[in-house]
Amino acid sequence: MTQVKMTVNGKTASGDVEGRTLLAQFLRDDQGLTGTHVGCDTSQCGACVVHVNGQAVKACTMLAIEADGATVDTIEGQANADGSLNVIQQAFQDHHGLQCGFCTPGMVMSAAALLKDNPKPTEAEVRHYLDGNICRCTGYHNIVKAIMAASGQDVSAIAAE
Amino acid sequence: MPKDGGIGASTKRREDVRFLTGNGRYTDDINLRGQAYVFFLRSDVAHGKLTNVDTSAAEGMDGVVKIFTGKDFEGVGSIPCGWQVTDKHGQPMQEPGHPVLAQGKVRHVGEPIAAVVAETLGQARDAAEAIVLDIEELPAVINMKDAVKDGATKVHDDLTSNLCYDWGFVEENKDAVNKAFEEAAHVTTLELVNNRLVANPMEPRVAVGDYNRSDGEHTLYTTSQNPHVIRLLMGAFVLGIPEHKLRVVAPDVGGGFGTKIFHYQEEAFCTFAAKACNRPVKWTSSRSEAFMSDAHGRDHVTKIELALDAENNFKAIRTDTYANMGAYLSTFAPSVPTWLHGILMAGNYKTPLIYVNVKAVFTNTVPVDAYRGAGRPEATYQLERLVDKAAHELGVDPIKLRRQNFITEFPYATPVAVEYDTGDYVATMDKLEEMSDLAGFAARRKESEAKGKLRGFGVNCYIEACGIAPSNLVGQLGARAGLYESATVRVNATGGLVVMTGSHSHGQGHETAFPQVIAEMIGIDASMVEIVHGDTARTPMGMGTYGSRSIAVGGSAMVRATEKIIAKAKKIASHLLEASESDIELKDGAFSVAGTDKSVAWGDVTLAAYVPHNYPLEDIEPGLEETAFYDPSNFTYPSGAYACEVELDPETGQVTIERFSAADDFGNIINPMIVSGQVHGGLAQGIGQALMENCTYDSDGQLLSASYMDYAMPRASDVPFYDVDHSCQTPCTHNPLGVKGCGEAGAIGSPPAVVNAVLDAMRSGGKDVAHIDMPVTPSRVWAAMQG
Repeated sequence: MTQVKMTVNGKTASGDVEGRTLLAQFLRDDQGLTGTHVGCDTSQCGACVVHVNGQAVKACTMLAIEADGATVDTIEGQANADGSLNVIQQAFQDHHGLQCGFCTPGMVMSAAALLKDNPKPTEAEVRHYLDGNICRCTGYHNIVKAIMAASGQDVSAIAAE
Repeated sequence: MPKDGGIGASTKRREDVRFLTGNGRYTDDINLRGQAYVFFLRSDVAHGKLTNVDTSAAEGMDGVVKIFTGKDFEGVGSIPCGWQVTDKHGQPMQEPGHPVLAQGKVRHVGEPIAAVVAETLGQARDAAEAIVLDIEELPAVINMKDAVKDGATKVHDDLTSNLCYDWGFVEENKDAVNKAFEEAAHVTTLELVNNRLVANPMEPRVAVGDYNRSDGEHTLYTTSQNPHVIRLLMGAFVLGIPEHKLRVVAPDVGGGFGTKIFHYQEEAFCTFAAKACNRPVKWTSSRSEAFMSDAHGRDHVTKIELALDAENNFKAIRTDTYANMGAYLSTFAPSVPTWLHGILMAGNYKTPLIYVNVKAVFTNTVPVDAYRGAGRPEATYQLERLVDKAAHELGVDPIKLRRQNFITEFPYATPVAVEYDTGDYVATMDKLEEMSDLAGFAARRKESEAKGKLRGFGVNCYIEACGIAPSNLVGQLGARAGLYESATVRVNATGGLVVMTGSHSHGQGHETAFPQVIAEMIGIDASMVEIVHGDTARTPMGMGTYGSRSIAVGGSAMVRATEKIIAKAKKIASHLLEASESDIELKDGAFSVAGTDKSVAWGDVTLAAYVPHNYPLEDIEPGLEETAFYDPSNFTYPSGAYACEVELDPETGQVTIERFSAADDFGNIINPMIVSGQVHGGLAQGIGQALMENCTYDSDGQLLSASYMDYAMPRASDVPFYDVDHSCQTPCTHNPLGVKGCGEAGAIGSPPAVVNAVLDAMRSGGKDVAHIDMPVTPSRVWAAMQG
């Protein structure tokens, strides 16, 4: 077992992990941060996306020991300080960008990373960026719409609710 | 309308807040004190005799609590099948046993053979690697037509063959149908494959078993669409646990699409092992395990024929389908190719004679069962491809041929046993032509051609049957369950309500939509209503959510219970207002005496029910809580017309969806935002089936598509913004809300439109291809273009 220590959502988090323990397991099982989901075992689905030192990372693809000393942000730390939904989260609710909610944490974390790098993405850019995030419920329509709305773009012309 | 949303309002979903902040509570988020973990050792061969399972090296490994094999389950019940189909000779289907852990034989890759329970998942997995299996490999039967040949290797030695049943429907019509084909002016024939799919809800299955020695109560937390069904099947048929000692909880569930309806071995195992190990036992499926253990969907091979007269009127349809059951009968598998498929073969058309033959076949593959649409997509695909093919053979416009044959008068009794109550297929087709800008297609095709691309336009219609019912009818058809739904409405003293529903939400938004109905009925804010679901200890016996039944059946039960609440509340109000009960009106959350200004607020009446000081105790009991069980008198029949526009690159065979329009008739609608979302999701699954998804086995029974690197799930860049409309509304006539259900339409209605559009594009490039099988991948298109 190896001790790891990192900053998760602004707080110090430490624990003893096996060499094979994934960051996703450390967050879920050791830290009780179950908002980070695991939907596959081949790094395709993106339900586990978190930010490590500001970069979007699939937490099922990174060992916990690799994140030793890092700053990690998860879905649990995304709401505004007063507990209200942040701009991206609010847009997902406003535009019905989630159904079962399982892929949602990864979608929100990916969207945040996208908008940080590209504050006004086109529809094609949003769709391309989400290549590593699979949703089975929404058909992506309202996710793409929500992310464009969160970037401050007018989405009223996009069909349907 | 109540100020925070009644019927018809696109109320934002209240459940979203917990999902968006990481506070959802899915089954894998549940960790019980003292919990151990199970890892299943699964068969890596498709068919073999299991001669020995040697666990001796694994037993003493670090962290191992207990290792289970098939021997531990001798005397334990078989995983039951919930539907018995009767074949065309009046005989029951062949029904093999389905063990929790393999007994003497393995019959598909992924079948669980042994289970290691250990302190950690890693230790369980390590120990499983040390188990030595002796499997004498047998020839695998994979292809359905080979499986039913004389002398084929049998999947089950104790059955007479690999044929589960040979079903004819309606058998009495067969001769008349054949005669109509002899007399036809034109016959169109089509052979096609409805590709095998994997449902792939993003949350893999999870089960956590718990046993309380102090009271002998078992609890199973599981990723289920229908916890009561699991409790009944597992308790009564597998483990022999009476229902009052078994609680099944399905908390937040991350999508289902049918595959979480069924009772699986892992649920029974965790419940059994929790008692055997005297500690909670948890199983979390990996995605790789999910591909080889979740029930698959579709997998039909069909020949269908259409007889037309000289005026292009449809006179008869004849079909011959092979339906894959896999190695065992999953919970509702036998019903899918029969009663959920055959009864839909009339589609939107007044074809007077129909005969459907279905041969269900055992193969050495994962069991196949309901996946979004379940039988109805298979019916729609073959019929709507057939009609398109007929139109091209006859040189008539495909939309015109459809319109000519539309059913236009309702109710309409089809020749396949069902009666459509309402519909307006002309209206949805009119709407579709407008939405899809059919008039502008020629110009768009020119633009594509200027870029060296081909453009195609395809349409189809669909009819769905939702809320399968009534129970006494489905019992005659072989269902071993009722198909009612339940609701208990509990009004609190201060006026708030809790609805305990047997329906289950795994993405459909019940927590938002159901309160909208009650808010409308009583005239209070929807925020005063809370929905409880997914726990057998907290809800009345209910059948759960599948087949687009929640609002039509579960919503109706809730309406009936609420009507009882209102009736009783009116009695209390009449007492408080000293007026005749018949003069009491409920509006905007207050009871008033007709024609007067006397009124009493909802909250005052509910308080009186629980603090019955001034109360007619001699006439009515205190309290305000009612339960209703609603058993529909018929299915509901949503319908619609869909159009797909594709661009095809003749150099590469790549097809892109440029536009997709969906005009649906769902009857009345509770929350349009949620309804549109349901259609969007279904469309992506239908487009996925048409263009990308394919679950494939090699001839040895090895699953070739067992990860997201091999099974092509639609990504955001594979689909367009969809144009959906549900303004055409012919309300259902036999349920109190006039609703029809919308959960599966998108997946049912979209595959034929996509394929019809691809063939149209190919024709515009000079390639008149009669048919191309799904998934229409670039390699298949390219090959067809060269052929």
